[in-house]
Amino acid sequence: MLSRPLAGIARAPSAIRRYASAAPTAAFAGKKDSNGKYTVTLIPGDGIGPEISQAIKDIYVAAAVPIQWEEVSVTPILKAGKTVIPDNAINSVKKNTVALKGPLATPIGKGHVSLNLTLRRTFNLFANVRPCVSIQGFKTPYDDVNTVLIRENTEGEYSGIEHEIVDGVVQSIKLITWEASERVARYAFHYAESSGRKRVTAVHKANIMKMSDGMFLSACREVSKEFPGVSYDEDLLDRVCLQVVQNPKPYSDRVMVMPNLYGDILSDMCAGLIGGLGLTPSGNIGRDASIFEAVHGSAPDIAGKGLANPTALLLSSLMMLRHMNLFDYAEKIEKAALTTIAEGKTITGDLGGKASTSEYTNAIIKKLGKA
Amino acid sequence: MLRTAVSAAVRPALARPATTLAADFAKVTKRPTTKYGGIYTVTLIPGDGIGAEITDSVKEIFEHVNAPIEWEQYDVSGMSSTGEALFKQAMDSLKRNRVGLKGILFTPISQSGHISWNVAMRQQLDIYASVVLCKSLPGFPTRHDNVDFAIIRENTEGEYSGLEHQSYPGVVESLKVSTRAKAERISRFAFDFALKNNRKKVTCVHKANIMKLGDGLFLNTFRRVAEEYKSHGIEFNDMIVDNTFRCSSMQLVAKPSQFDVMVMPNLYGAIVSNIGAALVGGPGIVPGCNIGSEYALFEPGCRHVASDIMGTNRANPAAMILSATMMLRHLGLDPVANQIAAATFDVINNGKVRTADMGGSATTSEFTSAIIKSL
Repeated sequence: MLSRPLAGIARAPSAIRRYASAAPTAAFAGKKDSNGKYTVTLIPGDGIGPEISQAIKDIYVAAAVPIQWEEVSVTPILKAGKTVIPDNAINSVKKNTVALKGPLATPIGKGHVSLNLTLRRTFNLFANVRPCVSIQGFKTPYDDVNTVLIRENTEGEYSGIEHEIVDGVVQSIKLITWEASERVARYAFHYAESSGRKRVTAVHKANIMKMSDGMFLSACREVSKEFPGVSYDEDLLDRVCLQVVQNPKPYSDRVMVMPNLYGDILSDMCAGLIGGLGLTPSGNIGRDASIFEAVHGSAPDIAGKGLANPTALLLSSLMMLRHMNLFDYAEKIEKAALTTIAEGKTITGDLGGKASTSEYTNAIIKKLGKA
Repeated sequence: MLRTAVSAAVRPALARPATTLAADFAKVTKRPTTKYGGIYTVTLIPGDGIGAEITDSVKEIFEHVNAPIEWEQYDVSGMSSTGEALFKQAMDSLKRNRVGLKGILFTPISQSGHISWNVAMRQQLDIYASVVLCKSLPGFPTRHDNVDFAIIRENTEGEYSGLEHQSYPGVVESLKVSTRAKAERISRFAFDFALKNNRKKVTCVHKANIMKLGDGLFLNTFRRVAEEYKSHGIEFNDMIVDNTFRCSSMQLVAKPSQFDVMVMPNLYGAIVSNIGAALVGGPGIVPGCNIGSEYALFEPGCRHVASDIMGTNRANPAAMILSATMMLRHLGLDPVANQIAAATFDVINNGKVRTADMGGSATTSEFTSAIIKSL
């Protein structure tokens, strides 16, 4: 969604279809409260989470974004002998249908159910959206990356169905269902339509996995018929890996959609191209709610020192605003943040600057005034 | 074997040969390769797409240097399933000659189409180790430099098992089969490769955090094998496949020594070899081969059919030529292999004659002539 070249194009709803919700397959309550604000659940997270969340809150106040935060913690609690996410967190996300989440520390030791997995299951988060755009002012070997990748998030190689048939022989099952394939494909086309990228490319390995990836492709083809305004094609995983690393530019006109594992690998690869996870936003679109998050770690070593870079969480929150159809606010904040980084005067240490989190935040806020 | 071991021992620490082609692996000696009067018979399968053009380059160059190779050529094509009889003949020829050079065969995507013959070959001949060498060329700067690693990929099982079924309409299961025996075999191959080629570190690429049993078996077997090579001074570590890419795109520039030899299950190999190729200048210059205990089949490291530029005389034959020199080395014809490899690298590094994929305007035949001239 960070498609900068399209910044100026008005995003009129498609003439053919008009959805009350943000996406045809994702819940979005979209109700304003009596103050004219949307309530959004905020999960500040661990480590640097609270600091970078504060930065987002400050910027949103300055930009007068009509959002009311409902802060909750997802630190697991012990309930009937099991570690679970507190009920009030679950209920808050369920009620608001949109949440912003900072980094969570991975609990060490066994017996913890992965928090991300729990969230994914609880809210049926079926699609992971990962845009990667080169950030001007932060030099990497690539300066022309602008990709959007949508990954099926519930099945595939991550089905978790594995067994040892006899000693030393393991079967891992990659599970592909029509239902999940169609659902993620529909979201990808919807995303393409609303973001102005008029092309969807399905990434696959159907030459080898003819039935499973083959069905994923059939589902995409089927859905593509419902979106005459979006062109559709297919490409082999091998070719995409090669071409994105060689020259990412041609991929700036499309949305890529793919099964779970390929998406996992490719999205991190694209993040690598633009300089790592500190600058990449991520959104998890679900049936019951959507959670936008920073995918980087909680960086306990610099926690509380005011040095953390809030960019990834800020960019994730902008994806959230666009998900909520608050395009103008997203545009304004994005411009302020990106020009701040491009100028390079007030940037945080990880980007090669000397500014603190709050100095960086204030620089963005100052830019907002001028916009 | 003895010869290579000795040469590795006397080689000073940093003197890995300048070419990408220092691939040195166990040579099969159980049965002699088909050889008559000093001439080796080698099966040649040009393959689909650009295959015919780039194998023509190899044939031309071999003829020019009078390489003692006689080709047994089979123009198998995967574009339709009717080629199956010819494919079987090619397999028989490979089994006879035990050494082959091939391009990539097209595999249809549709479910009614035939299975991948490329995979069938690897499985039937049990050529279990795919070796792909990615090395920056001094005369061809890319976005990354100082890349120099070998990708060792398990070639016969994993996601490419071909076992799939629809358990219920709209629900498909695809089986990834991982075995301890094959994990151990490929791990040993990787460490032996590291030893023989004077490399210092082996990295296992996996996704054991998600596929705890399948990739877990691969990783644990790798670690067990690694212990045995500790006394040889070979380091080892492992990395989750997605992390690898963050590193290979970012850290390889800063820390080129990070990767040396990488070993991994089948599917990740497809991904890593393509990224590796992209780092050093494209699939047109990355050679590769598939090695088993009985057979050796040489083919470009990135397995692309490239039908989009087929027949236009624009393909880069370097990957195929370099794969062919790996083959010559495998047959013990090192002098002629070195001669051809050196000439190829000279032409690329000079930069005057380059194919379109490397930013030049030369045709396949012009590039081939330039190599012949510099021989």
